[in-house]
Amino acid sequence: MITARVTVTLKTGVLDPQGKAIEGALATLGFDGVDGVRQGKVFDIELGHDDRRRAETDLAAMCEKLLANTVIEDYAVEIV
Amino acid sequence: MKTAIVLLPGLNRDRDMISAIRTISGQEPLTVWQTETEIPAGVDLVIVPGGFSFGDYLRCGAIGARMPVMRAVADAAGRGVRVLGVCNGFQMLLEAGLLPGVLMRNASLNFVCRSVKLEVTNADTVFTRRYRQGQMIDCPVAHHDGNYFADAETLARLKGENRVVFRYADGTNPNGSADDIAGIVNAEGNVLGMMPHPENLIEDAHGGTDGRPLFEGALDLVAA
Repeated sequence: MITARVTVTLKTGVLDPQGKAIEGALATLGFDGVDGVRQGKVFDIELGHDDRRRAETDLAAMCEKLLANTVIEDYAVEIV
Repeated sequence: MKTAIVLLPGLNRDRDMISAIRTISGQEPLTVWQTETEIPAGVDLVIVPGGFSFGDYLRCGAIGARMPVMRAVADAAGRGVRVLGVCNGFQMLLEAGLLPGVLMRNASLNFVCRSVKLEVTNADTVFTRRYRQGQMIDCPVAHHDGNYFADAETLARLKGENRVVFRYADGTNPNGSADDIAGIVNAEGNVLGMMPHPENLIEDAHGGTDGRPLFEGALDLVAA
């Protein structure tokens, strides 16, 4: 069985109001020296087979078709 | 003109839309459930209404946009059938690739629910031909994710091809959308997506009727 972790993050240059709000809250809590926060998503995906090549192909397709909106988001796949 | 209204779990403006079509056209619209794979023959206008399809899980409209009925909507649009997506419907048309760009969280991070002023920036579409070019109209908005975003090239193309049909009036943009965009059409002009809710401003009891001409245009009805 293959377990994969997919990380989806906003592309550089795309405004992230939620990240900005989190950055502000961190400052409110007294954490100084935070230069920026970008919010993203993590998906842990379990596949019911051991075919690594098929997993790589399928996971990339999953990202392109659903997990990420490639207009604004980048994705990274890590097979763990 | 026959209208079909798409139904998905989590939508909540479907009945507003049904009521609007019934009131304006005097005809009962069809409804098409999310699992349907075809829009019924003879339908001239498909409406994807607002709400929170599938709880807006993942991204607003992302799951709804991948249901079978949205493939059917894309096929119908390809045949020239008129398609109107409002609010979550607009979000789904973007996620389904029928229109370019994406709707992000409002810049203020707040849910906005109020009336806004829209400028009709292209009165030469089937949806907007009952308005005057440059006309300012009232329209309610109610959304958390209406912040339209697209890359610079796409924005330039939309502008150059005159595909931005509604803009928030100067200084009233409720969500931070690029170029004050409130509604856009596809290149062929038969698919309109917009964040404001014209279906909620069609009779005097609503406090105004500025949303009515949009449906009269889309349904080929003579202006009252």
